[in-house]
Amino acid sequence: MNPRRPDAYLLSGLQRLGSVTIFLVQLLIQCVPALARPHLLVMQIYNAGARSLIIIMLSGLFVGMVLGLQGYDLLRRFGSEEALGVAAALGLLRELAPVITALLFAGRAGTALASEIGLMRATDQLTAMEIMAVNPMRYVAAPRFLGGVIAMPLLTAIFSLIGLYGAQLVGVQMMGVDRGVFWSQMQGSVGLHDVNEGLVKSLVFGIACSLIAVHEGYHAEPTAEGVGLATTRTVVAASVITLLLDYVITAAFL
Amino acid sequence: MTSTASAGATPAASADDVVVAVRDVHYAAGGRPIFAGLDLEVRRGRITAIMGPSGTGKTTLLRLITAQAAPASGQVTVFGKDLAGFGRRETYALRRRMGMLFQNGALLTDMDVFENVAFPVREHTDLPEPLVRLLVLTKLQAVGLRGAASLMPGELSGGMARRVALARAIVMDPEVLLYDEPFVGLDPISLGFILRLIKHMNQALGITSIVVSHDVQELATIADDSYLISEGKVAAAGTPAQLRASDSAAVRQFMTGSAEGPVPFHYPAPDYATQLLEADER
Repeated sequence: MNPRRPDAYLLSGLQRLGSVTIFLVQLLIQCVPALARPHLLVMQIYNAGARSLIIIMLSGLFVGMVLGLQGYDLLRRFGSEEALGVAAALGLLRELAPVITALLFAGRAGTALASEIGLMRATDQLTAMEIMAVNPMRYVAAPRFLGGVIAMPLLTAIFSLIGLYGAQLVGVQMMGVDRGVFWSQMQGSVGLHDVNEGLVKSLVFGIACSLIAVHEGYHAEPTAEGVGLATTRTVVAASVITLLLDYVITAAFL
Repeated sequence: MTSTASAGATPAASADDVVVAVRDVHYAAGGRPIFAGLDLEVRRGRITAIMGPSGTGKTTLLRLITAQAAPASGQVTVFGKDLAGFGRRETYALRRRMGMLFQNGALLTDMDVFENVAFPVREHTDLPEPLVRLLVLTKLQAVGLRGAASLMPGELSGGMARRVALARAIVMDPEVLLYDEPFVGLDPISLGFILRLIKHMNQALGITSIVVSHDVQELATIADDSYLISEGKVAAAGTPAQLRASDSAAVRQFMTGSAEGPVPFHYPAPDYATQLLEADER
């Protein structure tokens, strides 16, 4: 195989970016009529959201517990264990919950979306819709995209909540940090600005991850290998883009 | 392969009579030429068979007729309208007058048989639920699968899936039905049933049918007109009987299914004995 020149990589990257942008515009145009079919949307929120709940809740609990342990150990060195509530809340709300939820979403719901749509392409289901004069962008792609965008902030909120419980479980129940101080410091120091940062991140990650998953599935080669490749690309691209966007949004909020 | 009978082997058709006309179409996919000057026409109320060896572009022809692909040059006319420059709205309006049966059925896997057949009705009409139910059950009864209405596509055999797909294709009462390899992999009972159904829908409902297949014997029993496509062109046209009586060795080879003849069975390769000996030396 010939090694590809760097400019070829750049060109294919730009081509991909252009293709995703055009796809996003087409998708947004179809989102309005897709809202007229609420049953499809509810089904997709269920698929992307409710079906990811267990993995999100379990991960949230463990991430919160680790945060409790590490935070307690770190803060104890400075003699300020009481600040554990604030540290856990800020860490979770602003950073860990949106980012880890997005990474888990890419792995769980994103791959499911990409492979489902890719298989629909491979088995001529999308073509059959086209022949029946039904736009698959409207019927298949738009509800799945919207479902992902709506599900992500909800999953992030649940992740934060369970994560805080995990941090409290370790910090207060196991390490003996005062319960009142833990919650009151959190209440006093965490502002709407911090919640908004998490919310904006989860919305942007929701758009990015769902867009990548739907785009990859929709344009998958109609073969077993093509669907597999689309699934892999979804996880890789969604994860990298999530971390990149995370930096950009964090910088914008500071 | 040379042309033996022209497209005019059937009696001349008036312009109103021609539902699909393909004129001097050139088309290439992935750098490989598929059609090089294809000419054919499909007449109203008749069953037209499009035959040819695998890889001759029979399915591509259906893609051109349904405006899923556009020819590099030439003209594809459906219902008297040139498809060139058709927007999405016009394309969808055209497709609503057509039905298509896919080789694998292409049923939507997230809904049951009933909902699959009801899908085009729900998408394109505001009919009340009792009427939708009546319509769907009538079509399912026509394909013998009324009892399977609540099954999911994954629970159907290949033949059953194709019959459900046929019910879905006819539920909007199309003027033209396109069949993509409808006989592949069917058991004799399903095959006989599909054959009778194609004939019945053509005779009873006056649906114009275009059947793409390489099952010569089956097609010969139902087709009114036949086209044999090879090397990007119509190699022969006429009734199945005319094709069988053709004096072209290539047409006769295809119609009788012989491996010997001008159409090579083997893909071009170096000499067999030489290649085996080379492998031995290595």
